[in-house]
Amino acid sequence: MKPLTVTGLGSFPRRRQTLPGFSLSLGLSLLWTGLLVVLPLTALLLRPWQHGLGPMIHALHDARMYAALRVSFICAFLAVLIDLPIGLLLAWTLVRYRPPGHRAVDALIDLPFAIPTAVTGIALATLYGPGGWIGAPAEKLGLKLTFSPAGIVIALTFIGLPFIVRSVEPVLRSFPKDVEEAVFLLGASGWQRFCRILLPALAPPLLSGAGLAFARGIGEYGSVIFIAGNQPFHSEVAPLLIVMRLQEFNYDGATSIALILLVTALLCLVAVSHLRRSVSSGLLREDGA
Amino acid sequence: MTRQSSRITPVVLTLLSYTIIGLLIVLPVVLILHEALRQGLHTALETLKDPEARSSIRLTACVTAIVTVINTAGGVAAAWTLTKYDFRGARLLVSLIELPISVSPVIAGLVWLLLFGRQGWWGNWLGHHGLHIAFAVPGIILATLFVTFPYVARTLMPYMEQQGRAAEETAFLLGAGFWKTLIHVTLPDAGWALLSGVLLTTARAMGEFGAVAVISGHIPGVTETMPLHIETLYNGYQSVAAFAMAALLVLVAMTTVLIRMFLERSFRKQHP
Repeated sequence: MKPLTVTGLGSFPRRRQTLPGFSLSLGLSLLWTGLLVVLPLTALLLRPWQHGLGPMIHALHDARMYAALRVSFICAFLAVLIDLPIGLLLAWTLVRYRPPGHRAVDALIDLPFAIPTAVTGIALATLYGPGGWIGAPAEKLGLKLTFSPAGIVIALTFIGLPFIVRSVEPVLRSFPKDVEEAVFLLGASGWQRFCRILLPALAPPLLSGAGLAFARGIGEYGSVIFIAGNQPFHSEVAPLLIVMRLQEFNYDGATSIALILLVTALLCLVAVSHLRRSVSSGLLREDGA
Repeated sequence: MTRQSSRITPVVLTLLSYTIIGLLIVLPVVLILHEALRQGLHTALETLKDPEARSSIRLTACVTAIVTVINTAGGVAAAWTLTKYDFRGARLLVSLIELPISVSPVIAGLVWLLLFGRQGWWGNWLGHHGLHIAFAVPGIILATLFVTFPYVARTLMPYMEQQGRAAEETAFLLGAGFWKTLIHVTLPDAGWALLSGVLLTTARAMGEFGAVAVISGHIPGVTETMPLHIETLYNGYQSVAAFAMAALLVLVAMTTVLIRMFLERSFRKQHP
């Protein structure tokens, strides 16, 4: 079976179209993409040049902006670090052991992606907040989970989990069993098999899931603002600062933060698609990974 | 020793996974339902009948319907174009379609303000002519369109590519035109993927918060969608009302997840 990636679409040899309607459907697609994606993003890219670079450079001298970016990046990174082992564990359990109820659990993993972010936000803030089901016992132990960067990490861990699980699952499912069996027959222990054989094969999907979760995490707004406390320089995330700047009608300030976030997210995406391509042309290709 | 540990490990790992899922994902959902029903089902339903709550539900339904129709039409066109024809720049088009996924929702709102806000390119001019897009319903629709842009195309493309082109080419040779081929040959076969993509678009459109928060102006009863109204209620310490509306959105989200899972499974059974 050929891999189902759409990245290879451009590589077909050029030939005359056999089906009718090419210009109509290409026109519709370009109109749709042009008006809804290219046009607004062009406005964002051109904004710094609109009134000369002066206001933009002025906007970059902003300690609060760097503090917010630091909070966003560090919290998203920590959340991904927490999600990686949990996501691997979940994918492993669901694919390998197929325990009772694994189908229901598999569906539950999509929930963080399906539940509206504002709903996630108020639920997590109440759950981990003072007096909450988890917040109250944690408070007795001296842990303050909400209105601090810890709250941001909690929210981003919740949001990022599906990305790791969904990117590891297919690779785990298609991993050639005979390789593992051969290694087992050669006398490798369970732990050795995991570290030497599986982990190297799972590293690319883990990393690409991590990249997607990180890109999503630095831009996350709805699930974070209710739990974070939003103190400038301490627990204020970059997307929230964009909103604050817009409320002050400081469009240049908002644009500069937006551009930094956007470029970082795009770099993650490019790295992820590069990883995917290198994986699909490697060892696992024939199994449809 | 090895044999014993290999029997115990699955049980331990499964218990550990289920505990994590329970604490991390199930508990917040249970909490939402618990908080909504804290004063009984009747009170929860009453809060949803409040005029502002009803207007937010109406606005969300209206925005979601418009957005789903536009992005489904565009998504089908793009998936068809990319999988049934060969042309230069196809890869670039795929990247452009996938781009909105990695853009922060707040930026998705900001870009439309740069076009239609008071300091934007066309905002003032359009305002003089009585056309308000930012801080009005059209802005909310545009922001939601951007955020839910890729889902239909992304769900359809892998399956349309797998279909190949033989059926369409045969239909064409037998005299079917473009629309007939699309509607009677391609779409029925990819119907489940289309439905799955449409459901995902609907779910994301209903729940969009960041992008809409930036561009809507938060006017209660006028430009407040359900997620925005939840924020207003929650910040106003109307916890039961906030969680009642949240529970409504969660129930819809869970239903879409279940239907999509069912669709995918029945598809896999038909095409093993």
